[in-house]
Amino acid sequence: MTMPEPVLLGATQVLAHVPGLAIHGSKPRRELPRHPEVEGAFLAALRSFDDAVAYPPHQVFLGALHPRQLPPRPWVGAPAPDGTSRFGPAGEIMPDHEFLGLLAAVDHFGLVTLDPAVAEQAAVALAAHPLAKHLDLDRIDAATGDAAAVATRPGSLPLHLGTDHGGVAAAVVSAHEADEALSAVVLLDNLAAKATAALALLHVLRSTGVDPTSVDYVIGCGEEAIGDRYQRGGGNMAKAVAEVAGLTEASGMDVKNFCAAPIPALVMASSLVASGVFGRVAVVAGGSLAKVGMKFQGHLRHGLPILEDVLGGAAALIGPDDGVSPRVRLDSVGRHKVSAGGAGPQIMEALAVEPLRRLGIPMADVNDYATELHNPEITEPQGSGDVAARNYKLIAALAARAGSIVADKEAQAGFVAEHGMPGFAPTQGHLASAQCYLPHARARLTSGGGDRVMLLAKGSLFLGRMSQLSDGMSVLLERNGNDDNDDNPKGR
Amino acid sequence: MLAGKTVVALGERDGVSGPAIAACAEAAGATVAFTATECFV
Repeated sequence: MTMPEPVLLGATQVLAHVPGLAIHGSKPRRELPRHPEVEGAFLAALRSFDDAVAYPPHQVFLGALHPRQLPPRPWVGAPAPDGTSRFGPAGEIMPDHEFLGLLAAVDHFGLVTLDPAVAEQAAVALAAHPLAKHLDLDRIDAATGDAAAVATRPGSLPLHLGTDHGGVAAAVVSAHEADEALSAVVLLDNLAAKATAALALLHVLRSTGVDPTSVDYVIGCGEEAIGDRYQRGGGNMAKAVAEVAGLTEASGMDVKNFCAAPIPALVMASSLVASGVFGRVAVVAGGSLAKVGMKFQGHLRHGLPILEDVLGGAAALIGPDDGVSPRVRLDSVGRHKVSAGGAGPQIMEALAVEPLRRLGIPMADVNDYATELHNPEITEPQGSGDVAARNYKLIAALAARAGSIVADKEAQAGFVAEHGMPGFAPTQGHLASAQCYLPHARARLTSGGGDRVMLLAKGSLFLGRMSQLSDGMSVLLERNGNDDNDDNPKGR
Repeated sequence: MLAGKTVVALGERDGVSGPAIAACAEAAGATVAFTATECFV
């Protein structure tokens, strides 16, 4: 029996524009009460939905532009790219009133109460949504009530729309008065992650035409850990997402690895397909509300809008070879071993250099390297620099050391220009860590001109204070039917 | 240069980790009061 070759059947991405929820991000929630005089400036700096749609990095995230087609910075205030739309080839950006409705539609525990006017607006908008038939809109009716009154209950959280912080649009209650893991803010984080992941999953099913009941397994790789106080990271957001997306025959699990999680999840999904254990496996990740507004202080200091006002979401579908979709080369997996050393160059050596050396592929023969693609317009004002550019400079230096390119600055700059790209992703690290390039990679390796894309993800394990180590994983995607790759297609 | 000094070693994931800075500082005769590696994205 030959083993199936795993391929990337589809990949989608969504954004939810949530200016009204921005104050519930971890940093604003901590800093604004300490500095109440800043709140006015914070609210005044939130973007309109139209501005969020037109923001060029968002259009890249939605697949309307390749990252290398981004206009010169600044992107804030830049003209909207041609053809700008709420819906892009890879997914959509959803306005906040619809998103509050979506939160209610995926809430199975009566956690969300929607103000009647907000509920009506959301129900009307979602009923006209292309995915409406897959959404449980009856739950919006059931969630309608006196949100302002609910918000006054101990432990409850008021939610607002846009910059209108005068009225209460919705409320989230805690699920247990003594359990921090079930507090309203944690449940809101988790519901937001569930809603965005489910939206992305529905989009990938729609774009591929795959029957939801044909998906056997779902792997979650978002940043939230769902559980209770006895098991804070109990998990299985994946199955919760599968349930609301109508994947009745699927089960699931979550992979945790800080921002690196999506690539191990993709590799595991592909391994399950390659081994024949499952036929089709979805990988899903919702957005991280905790990271919304994370760098707001830098944005305000530089007179910028609050650029972290969106939640991301992503879904990918892996299945057996269909003769068209990009192959996931499981023999190319690179991993950052315990013994590898934790400095930046050592991590990158393990992820970008060693796998290619092992396979005998020159580094310049990989068309695109997708690494940590954080939008630099978000990170630089707060002093975090240009993360993508830093990664590419290092990859180019390692390519020079490996003899794949000439060891001079001009050749390295040329390598970065040809094989790298500007960062464009929201600073929800799991989405920025290569995952956000999946829709582009699929396009490049099918209708586009690319033959190979390397995905590299890194995760900061030390943040959890259990190890001083970081981690990472890489994998190659290749064009299907590439003659160079057909010598031993099953030997991978 | 660091002999007899007290050092706070703050590392960054994409650069040099906190423990690596601390090891260098200790080798140079410093006392390390605090070590951490952070991720600034």
